[in-house]
Amino acid sequence: MLSLIGKRIVSAIPSVIGVLVVTFVLTRALPGDPAAYFAGPAATPQAIEEVRRSLGLDKTLPEQFVVYIKDLATGNLGNSIATGQPVLTEIRTRLPASLELTLYGLLVSVLIAVPLGVLAATRPGSWIDHLCRVVTTAGVSLPAFFTGLLLVYVLYYRLGWAPAPLGRLDIFYSAPTTVTGFYTIDALIEGNLEIFRAALAQLLLPVTALAVFTLAPLARMTRAAMLEVLGSDFIRTARASGLPKGKIVYGYAFRNAMLPVVTTLGMVFSFLLGANVLVEKVFSWPGIGTFAIEALVASDYAPIQGFVLTMALLYVMLNLAIDVLYIVIDPRVGFES
Amino acid sequence: MSLLSMYRLPIHRRVFLFASSAILAAVALAGTPAFAQSRQETLVVLVENGPNSMDIHGVGTSFRSYVAAWNMYDRLVTFGIKTLPDGTQSYDYSKIVPELAESYAMAPDGKSVTFKLRKDAKFHDGAPVTAADVKWSYDRAVSVGGFPTFQMKAGSLEKPEQFVVVDDYTFRVDLPKQDKLSLPDMAVVVPAIFNSKLARQHATDKDPWAMEWMKTNSAAGGAFKLDKWSPGQEITFNRNDDWKSGPLPKIKRVIIREVPSPGNRRALMERGDADISVDMPQKDSAEIVAEKGTGKYIVVGVPIENSLKYIGLVTTQKPFDNAKVRQAVAHAVPYEQIYKSAVYGRGIPMAMGPGDAPKDASWPQPFPYKTDLAKAKQLLTEAGYPDGFETTISIDLGDATASEPEAVLLQEALGKIGIKATIEKIPGANFRNAMLQKNRPIHIASFGGWLNFPDYFFFWGYHGQNAVFNTMAYQNPKMDALIDAARYEADPAKYKNEVMGFIKLAMDEAPRIPLYQQILDVGMQKNIKGYTYWFHRQLDFRQIEKK
Repeated sequence: MLSLIGKRIVSAIPSVIGVLVVTFVLTRALPGDPAAYFAGPAATPQAIEEVRRSLGLDKTLPEQFVVYIKDLATGNLGNSIATGQPVLTEIRTRLPASLELTLYGLLVSVLIAVPLGVLAATRPGSWIDHLCRVVTTAGVSLPAFFTGLLLVYVLYYRLGWAPAPLGRLDIFYSAPTTVTGFYTIDALIEGNLEIFRAALAQLLLPVTALAVFTLAPLARMTRAAMLEVLGSDFIRTARASGLPKGKIVYGYAFRNAMLPVVTTLGMVFSFLLGANVLVEKVFSWPGIGTFAIEALVASDYAPIQGFVLTMALLYVMLNLAIDVLYIVIDPRVGFES
Repeated sequence: MSLLSMYRLPIHRRVFLFASSAILAAVALAGTPAFAQSRQETLVVLVENGPNSMDIHGVGTSFRSYVAAWNMYDRLVTFGIKTLPDGTQSYDYSKIVPELAESYAMAPDGKSVTFKLRKDAKFHDGAPVTAADVKWSYDRAVSVGGFPTFQMKAGSLEKPEQFVVVDDYTFRVDLPKQDKLSLPDMAVVVPAIFNSKLARQHATDKDPWAMEWMKTNSAAGGAFKLDKWSPGQEITFNRNDDWKSGPLPKIKRVIIREVPSPGNRRALMERGDADISVDMPQKDSAEIVAEKGTGKYIVVGVPIENSLKYIGLVTTQKPFDNAKVRQAVAHAVPYEQIYKSAVYGRGIPMAMGPGDAPKDASWPQPFPYKTDLAKAKQLLTEAGYPDGFETTISIDLGDATASEPEAVLLQEALGKIGIKATIEKIPGANFRNAMLQKNRPIHIASFGGWLNFPDYFFFWGYHGQNAVFNTMAYQNPKMDALIDAARYEADPAKYKNEVMGFIKLAMDEAPRIPLYQQILDVGMQKNIKGYTYWFHRQLDFRQIEKK
């Protein structure tokens, strides 16, 4: 297993280098002149030149690339001009915000989708199967930001049950001491239940919006995989041998159906991380997607590069985690590689 | 009966119930949180985007940052406050009052100003404010380059040698010549007074002005102290209880939250979870103004002084090098429709004025052009374009909410007189650069000056020096002569003549077709009193109170 993980990491290096080069070139090819943008509305051409020099944008592209790689080697991702902060600091505070949101969204989604898919597969044509179909169709046709707006309108604006959509914590709380960057976990570590409750309350609506959106692929995949496995020969054999029903469904059918579900889970997760920008906007969530979009609009190179690099590393780790999960679920996978 | 129905196991139901009860539990958790702070003394402000720097002199410091610099720092002098006809308070550009200075005196020849500093004023760290701090701050503003240096120059404040420490509590500014803009320019956001001892501790050989440190920290002594800044999320200030430069503010704590979605800002205001909302979409403010105070909250709108939303025509290229073509466009613009459907009436019309000459020396004032397609067509024929021509209308995507409908309405109207225009939408990052190139034949843009003098607007917007705001690349020696004369004119009667002279020229030549004067709309709860309009268009927490 360890050698497999090692091999995986080594094989990721070329793709990371490729990502570095491509983002560097692409950001430079973007239309827009960051120097003119950041020199302010009252800038003279010579003030713009000054800004260009101070940003190092007067150098040739290869020179800029060497500077970039050198900085990167020392862990310096540069400064975001738009927020005035080092990119590393920004990513360190914003990535946990996005991850917390996405992971909770996935967790809720899995908790609902997988049982729903299994139930639907075990009784096709029953009301639960129809429910599964309705939920997945609705989920896939409602974009997450729309569900988000709807939830805000009904649960916050109309009924006043949910807290204001003001990001990770209500205005009158201050963030817990950072350990993991996940407010709910940090609050528990601190033993501050009130902040834990407040953070969880803020998570409620965006997590629901994300969960509704991701329910569909997971539930459908679970249902399809379960149906296929339940119809296969070894299940019939197991049933004929008189094995207990629980053992058949969980010990054999469900475990075998897990592989495609885990693959879908990985895809949905990576998709969510990048795609929940709109949900972040709706809930004023200080996540990494919003940060990247704003940097793009301002042609702010350093944050874009930092964002893409972070995402690339995250995907490498995600793929690794999924491979390891495969081995855990189905030991044959490990032998084959 | 399906074969598979035999797998109907209770365990599934349990898992499902667990999942749904977890969600129910989470819903129950979302109660009303206990307030850690007294809501009455805290001001919650919603903005679309927050500051990007704590340093008003920094490179790329956005206008969103002015709110921090204005409330954290003191300046030597500030503007007085007046009440507008509708009862709203506004700063008074004609009245300069002492702030950090106890008093000031202009020399009889107008070539120097001497300031006496308050002896009891202290920075937030307790260090006394001395003339050395003032000099360091002024030196910094004129030395770091970019926007602050440029702004100082507008008031003839250019070189460190002009700033003299007479003694610990006396500071003198020498001026190369008498300039009516010098004193007002010392009351704008830029010449803030920094704690030079504190700042110097963070200066390095490469960075003598501590630009790096100042981005995220403050070396201030003003009415509010920086509490915590989380860029992109929130910034909080606490009142400085030892502030001596004015009456102690009523608000003890200010929280500025970034809420990107305008719908959510409105929901938060209507639910009473926030006190003030800036960055109002024109549609929202028009709706709330129409409620006439019967709604949940109110909108206070003040026309932005010395500012214009306009259509610019690049005068260095055919066909707009011909004044008749420019006048034809001015007669084709569907002004009424633009006011109604592009900005929902949230603008003061600056066209369809009476007569064809300026009524006085005020600025901005309505231009005489009215929508008259027959006249437009006739002018176009006289200019030698009876069949029209093809051109483009460029707009800033960052301002698309208003500019896009304006461009579409203009495009449609131009089509009626044979001018085929396509619309080019330029992303915010690139728009300024596009304007600098001065090759976008028709563009919709806006410009406003901090210092409320017509000659100041014209110096940047019409003068042949061709600053970036002269997006039309308009050059006319007659115009320049009038602007230059007015800039340093001491005789009020002559000044009035010169100003009316250049406004008349701008009307006749029509390189820039004014659409409307923009309105600064601020939404606030009904218990908010003391809101004051400032030239920098940001909130001043010092005057605000909650009743």
